[in-house]
Amino acid sequence: MKPFIAELLILPILLPLLTGALLALINERHHKAKFVINQVSTLLLLVLAIGLFWLTDGPVTGDDILVFLAANWAAPFGIVLVGDRLATLFMLLAALLANCALIFSYGRWARLGVHFHTLFQLLLMGINGSLLTGDLFNLFVFFEVMLAASYGLLLHGYNVNRIRAGMQYIVVNLIASLFFLLGIALVYAATGTLNFADLATQIPLLAETQRQMLHTAAAILAVAFLTKSAMWPLGFWLPITYSAASPPVTAMLVLLTKIGIYVILRLHYLLFGDAAGDSAGFGQYFLLLGGLFTLTFGAIGLLASQDSGRIASYSAVISSGTLLALMGYGEAITLSAMLFYLISSTLAVAAFVLLTELIERIYTPADSVFALSMEFFAMEEEKKESAGVVIPAAMAFLGLTFAACALIMSGLPPLSGFIAKFSILHQLLQSRNDIASWLLVILLIFAGLTAIISLMRFGVRSFWTAQAAQSPRLKMSEASPILLLLLLCITMTIMAGPLYALLDRVADDLLQTHRYIEQVLHTAPISRND
Amino acid sequence: MELILALAIGILFGSGVWLVLRPRSFQVITGLLLLSYAVNLFIFITGRVHINKPPLTLPEQAATAMQYADPLPQGLVLTAIVIGFATTALYLVVLLGSRGLTGTDHVDGKEREHDE
Repeated sequence: MKPFIAELLILPILLPLLTGALLALINERHHKAKFVINQVSTLLLLVLAIGLFWLTDGPVTGDDILVFLAANWAAPFGIVLVGDRLATLFMLLAALLANCALIFSYGRWARLGVHFHTLFQLLLMGINGSLLTGDLFNLFVFFEVMLAASYGLLLHGYNVNRIRAGMQYIVVNLIASLFFLLGIALVYAATGTLNFADLATQIPLLAETQRQMLHTAAAILAVAFLTKSAMWPLGFWLPITYSAASPPVTAMLVLLTKIGIYVILRLHYLLFGDAAGDSAGFGQYFLLLGGLFTLTFGAIGLLASQDSGRIASYSAVISSGTLLALMGYGEAITLSAMLFYLISSTLAVAAFVLLTELIERIYTPADSVFALSMEFFAMEEEKKESAGVVIPAAMAFLGLTFAACALIMSGLPPLSGFIAKFSILHQLLQSRNDIASWLLVILLIFAGLTAIISLMRFGVRSFWTAQAAQSPRLKMSEASPILLLLLLCITMTIMAGPLYALLDRVADDLLQTHRYIEQVLHTAPISRND
Repeated sequence: MELILALAIGILFGSGVWLVLRPRSFQVITGLLLLSYAVNLFIFITGRVHINKPPLTLPEQAATAMQYADPLPQGLVLTAIVIGFATTALYLVVLLGSRGLTGTDHVDGKEREHDE
């Protein structure tokens, strides 16, 4: 491998860390400067993510998995960062969403409390670290960084609702972290290693008693990750948290559930894939069952939701349920459709979260919403016209973007949600013809139907029966991120063919575990003489 | 010694679970502390329990694995303690904030109608 390519992998962790540290030092009065630094750093991260994804797609080095040995220790002993297509794809998604959420926060949200920008960068550091790390304990550390930042962000703009939601969110996640630690300890006791690649080579060779211990460990670890990705009995924290957090933060939280999904994807295919001997497919039926229940729970919850926060929450639950059920369904052929669905639904739900805050301004002029927390924070009253250009035809903009979001979230043609759902259904019906596939098909269509009903109800109520509706003032900085997210979805629709080819390669990475294992374990430390 | 340790972990964990399920936020945080003690001890003993074996090599002795305790769980437990400490401290701040804002230490932020 050429020098200084694998080293790039450390940058997505270092850059946010250093920016976050720098931002912590700057006084809150210099709001604009902080925002600019944060935005520049996040944009750099996006460039970096695009670059890394391009590199892992293999045009330069020939091999598509980048391995960085931190401190130059060989793989199972030292800390290792691994970037393959899946990790960098998620990184790209995270960077895109982060940029949009950040631009949105410029209008007011970033000013509602202290250290928003620092926490935002630390969150990004945690996310990138969790995506790139190659061993279980560092995954824990980065997860904690990510969660600690998300606690702070959830409480951002401190009010009673947020603190109540925060108490529950923090306790649930602390307990999930304890489960994570228990799982790690048991994995180490059973196999003597925590490195993903090394674990994958050890698992087929385990003796029966150790295998039982490993399975226990995997189940305990799964509790931690499934809590994060909001599987049915473990996901009750999600609606409360999502509806309480401020919109830019909720958009980032939508991403966090997907990080949980990423970890399950990675570990499930690497450790319990076809090469795992007696452990192959461990927990698969549980994932399928849990996914189906989550899907049902999400669909029913969505039907019952009236306010926008809950609609967004249950849409996220449905998306998690779909992904988990597909993972448990276990046909490799559905993987690329699943990834397409993941990207499309994440972008759409995030756009919806940002959009609903603007829609609510039709009734409640924004100032009254903020009055309480601004008073609480003793913020100086900002000048009304300070930030950005006011965009024209606000109502038309809101209506059109809402329609686009609704189409994607419920999977109606012609946007990306339809392509995602259609390809999933197509693959499901083609691959197997058993109860599981039919149940999944029925539930997916049912979930789509509930999404239509719920979103239509919300739309009719917001736009058509508005009594004293007055066209709200929208700033460019608030409208553009939503447009950007939706444009991405539209691009996904138009470029679906090339994108599927790309996602096929990503899925291939996941399935060909031996390549991952070889790359990680056979990367030699750099010798001193070089 | 294994039995004593196992019992200690079990009791800590059990008490922790009971406390976490209580309605007062102070009880919850105490429960979280006990749970994290239990988990830390658990990580520690996955390296097996030894007496008089250092986790690091000594310069005057030959390095045979028999003489040393497994250093990795000890490293893990150190990290876990630090992280657990930090996140619990963070929860403490939220707890105090909640007490100040809502005027009650109930985890739901409001008293039930007929509480004990």
